[in-house]
Amino acid sequence: MAEASVVTGAAAARHEEQGFWGFTRAQAIAFLAMSAVVVVSPFLLYPVFLMKVLCFALFACAFNLLVGYVGLLSFGHAAYFGMGAYITGYAAKAWGVPPELAILMGGAIGAALGLPFGWLAIRRSGIYFSMITLALAQMVFFFCLQAPFTGGEDGIQAIPRGTLLGVFDLTADFTMYWLVAFIFLAGFLLIHRIVHSPFGQVMKAIRDNEPRATSLGYRVEQYKLMAFVLSAALAGIAGGTKALVFNIATLTDVRWTMSGEVVLMSLVGGLGTVFGPVVGAAVIVTMQNYLAEFGAWVLVIQGAIFIACVLAFRRGVVGEIGNALRVKL
Amino acid sequence: MTVNRRTLLGAAAAAPVWGALPYRSARAQAANTIRIGVLNDQSDLYRDISGPGSTHAVRLAVQESGITQTGVNVEVIQADHQNKADVGSTVARQWMDRDGVDLIVDVPTSSVALAVSGLVRERNKVFINSGAATSDLTGAACSPNTIHWTYDTYMLAKGTGGAMVAAGGNTWFFITADYAFGHALERDTSAFVTAAGGRVLGSVRTPFPGTTDFSSFLQQAQRSRARVIGLANAGGDTINSIKQAGEFRITRGGTKLAGLLVFVTDVHSLGLETAQGLVLTETFYWDLNDRTRALTQRLGAMPGNLRPSMVQAGCYSGVLHYLKAVRDMGVAAAKASGAEAVTRMKAMPTNDDAFGEGQIRPDGRKIHPAYLFEVKTPAESRGPWDYYKLVSTIPAEEAFRPIAQGGCALVRS
Amino acid sequence: MGLEDLLFELQMAMPQVILGVINGAFYALLSLGLAVIFGMLNVINFAHGAQFMMGAFVAWMLLAYVGIGYWPALLLAPLIVGAVGVAMERLMISRLYKLDHLYGLLLTFGCALVIEGLFRNTFGSSGQRYAPPREFQALNLELGDFFLPGYRVWVLIAASTICLATWLVIERTKVGSYLRAATERPQLVQAFGINVPLMMTLTYGAGVALAAFAGVLAAPIYSVHPAMGANFIITVFAVVVIGGMGSIMGSIVTGFLLGFLQGLTEVVYPPFSQTVVFVIMAVVLLTRPAGLFGRA
Repeated sequence: MAEASVVTGAAAARHEEQGFWGFTRAQAIAFLAMSAVVVVSPFLLYPVFLMKVLCFALFACAFNLLVGYVGLLSFGHAAYFGMGAYITGYAAKAWGVPPELAILMGGAIGAALGLPFGWLAIRRSGIYFSMITLALAQMVFFFCLQAPFTGGEDGIQAIPRGTLLGVFDLTADFTMYWLVAFIFLAGFLLIHRIVHSPFGQVMKAIRDNEPRATSLGYRVEQYKLMAFVLSAALAGIAGGTKALVFNIATLTDVRWTMSGEVVLMSLVGGLGTVFGPVVGAAVIVTMQNYLAEFGAWVLVIQGAIFIACVLAFRRGVVGEIGNALRVKL
Repeated sequence: MTVNRRTLLGAAAAAPVWGALPYRSARAQAANTIRIGVLNDQSDLYRDISGPGSTHAVRLAVQESGITQTGVNVEVIQADHQNKADVGSTVARQWMDRDGVDLIVDVPTSSVALAVSGLVRERNKVFINSGAATSDLTGAACSPNTIHWTYDTYMLAKGTGGAMVAAGGNTWFFITADYAFGHALERDTSAFVTAAGGRVLGSVRTPFPGTTDFSSFLQQAQRSRARVIGLANAGGDTINSIKQAGEFRITRGGTKLAGLLVFVTDVHSLGLETAQGLVLTETFYWDLNDRTRALTQRLGAMPGNLRPSMVQAGCYSGVLHYLKAVRDMGVAAAKASGAEAVTRMKAMPTNDDAFGEGQIRPDGRKIHPAYLFEVKTPAESRGPWDYYKLVSTIPAEEAFRPIAQGGCALVRS
Repeated sequence: MGLEDLLFELQMAMPQVILGVINGAFYALLSLGLAVIFGMLNVINFAHGAQFMMGAFVAWMLLAYVGIGYWPALLLAPLIVGAVGVAMERLMISRLYKLDHLYGLLLTFGCALVIEGLFRNTFGSSGQRYAPPREFQALNLELGDFFLPGYRVWVLIAASTICLATWLVIERTKVGSYLRAATERPQLVQAFGINVPLMMTLTYGAGVALAAFAGVLAAPIYSVHPAMGANFIITVFAVVVIGGMGSIMGSIVTGFLLGFLQGLTEVVYPPFSQTVVFVIMAVVLLTRPAGLFGRA
């Protein structure tokens, strides 16, 4: 979504100055452009589609926090996303909890799962870390399949969107859109803030050279765990928001394929870039949506795009653009 | 090289824009156009029973309705919901909100069907479900805008469960796919088995999805010495369990296999050598009578060289009836209120080559006879796709759940 | 439950356990191929499931279109699919060796999607049938209530033989020693005049051929279906990880072991039988990070 800005901001942003909120100048321009796109697009495009993009964009940003800045590739993020969706959905439907609280509960369950799972998983690194997160997520899937409150493969249906703060009726797509846009932008800024805080600097130090960070006296495990929990909480919020947007929470959200999808989004957009996950989410969601008309060719086209990405655009869309313009995005 | 790369990047960057644009730009002459969206599984498990074949059947219904000769345009579009409720729900919303779709047809996979039913009701359009099994569509989740056309779990359970006991299969063991659909099938069928004086000796829950080898479960079933092994699963699970039952000679001691949801395309895939003797219930079979044969002939070459399944026949029949109602009440009125169109459809008796005579109940259940079939032996089969022999016919009034038991809110008034 | 009851239950569970071990043969064959590829190329081959499926489909096509039966297919299908693998390696995978594992995984994932999509478009979703050759009926075993089809006995024999042979080639032959050396020090081996890139290509081809061989073995048991490999792939990954990434013996032993445990679970608590592998994986990784047979 930030492409337009890149073109305009290209000439100006050759230097990497630390500006507003840890954004470089190019990033600040890109951020403003992205916010502009978020604000203008519902007048041009279909809001429900855009909400889906934003939910997945937040999910991908949460995932990217872990892989891009701590260097831990989770292959089980569907667990937090899906459980967030289920808890938000269940709270809103069965207990009549207002939407803002229901979404926060989604985030809370993400964090609550992320704490023990992260505690277990961060003991290992590399592919083993990924596999532990996958294993734990498969257990969550099994739980969701068996637990009565999830409604099995029918899912939780007809989740009410409710009334925000008792004032705004969210059943109107436009009102819902502003809430989703707010959640997305808030989440995005929060992640950015974290990454550029002293805490974030330590995280990056760990990613780049863990033994050195340890020798400098940082308690590496604690940092990793905190990043993990944050990422899981934001994934839960993204899942919860999605459940309200679509009025449903289903097993699709907790399956391992969803964990794979978020990896792909980040990769297509550009791993470790600030805007990459957002663009990646937009590309993948659009593909799913647009290719729906192509029937069985969806798989083939999707596969071909991934192959092309890996072979030709390894830095991802945003990474390649940033590279071409010599700026960090 | 760089230029190329940039161009490609530009194309990739523009991608978000294409998808969200309205699919069809011709929205001006919308007033005189009925748009039908066929939403189903085009790439996965249910492709052969619904998929492109459903669209094919819908196109024939449009042609035979003769409505285009009266100056009404009918457009048929299709999409793949990939069996994901959120994908299906996005497409359905977009179709109704932006592309002016008036009728959504097919939609296998219960979670997607329930979600679409809710959306269609909010927007007051029409939903004819042919592909999904859940009887909730005409029960707790019934809607004045939804008609459940072809079959449901209750009917399958009653058809196979009740009739098998009557034929002497009075002890049962279930192999149940461990998800809501499997559980519902097992529960409903057990009820009919016990009601008819039979006994359920046990059941085993198989992980779903992902189970490929059923031999261990089949052996457990065999050890129970039940006379009937009920397969409360669908698609690939059913195919693999039947195939492996043959391999392990589970049926050699006279045990019968009862498929609770088996389609003719599944039997085709298995082959008669393996599937022979299997008992199952369907509401449509291409070779049932002269009318179904005539319909099959008119459908001509189906995608994938298959014969029509009951789901595809349901899409044909449902759209044909809808267009009759549209003709009857006028395009403007039909487009203005989906609920009105459904009310009109309920008021008119149905009659077509797929299911013969029938009607739509106030709860949205389309009723027609159901048939208990047994799969022929290779020696009995006289030609390609000659697979079933009719065991018994369950009349329309008895085949489906009595309207009072469904708990549909529409019925009380 | 008393001890006697437990013993009785265990006795009754024997057939299930035997069946489990036979299923383990598929896990062993598939994870062996993955381990060979990972050990040599450092690529996590996500297309392995699709290649398994291609093996089954090629066997079916040979029979349906050309009239070539099971026995020749057992040799031909792995060769054909292996050749496709060689082409994949030359055209795409070979460009990724110096990069993070993730890229190899994503590339092969993309390949898996393309292959599966093409097969679905061509052959539909209900699957094709492939009858087991009649001669296996001679191997049928009947022990009281328990009937074991001869074909399953054959699967066990064939898979164990191939697994053992692969292990012998890698651990006990000259070619195998080159392979192992090239894994550790590719430049050095290259300097000795051994064509390392060619060896890598052939290794990938061989790993893929193993998957295709498993596919031909599976064709008469399961329906030949575009998604048949996707069902396996995640479990097989777990097997490789439990065994120790890249460990040949580890993947073989773990494959059979997992089949055994799954067989037990299918009796004790069936719904859990697909999840049990992940519990084991988590436990193993937390206690023995390099897997059961891996070198830390």
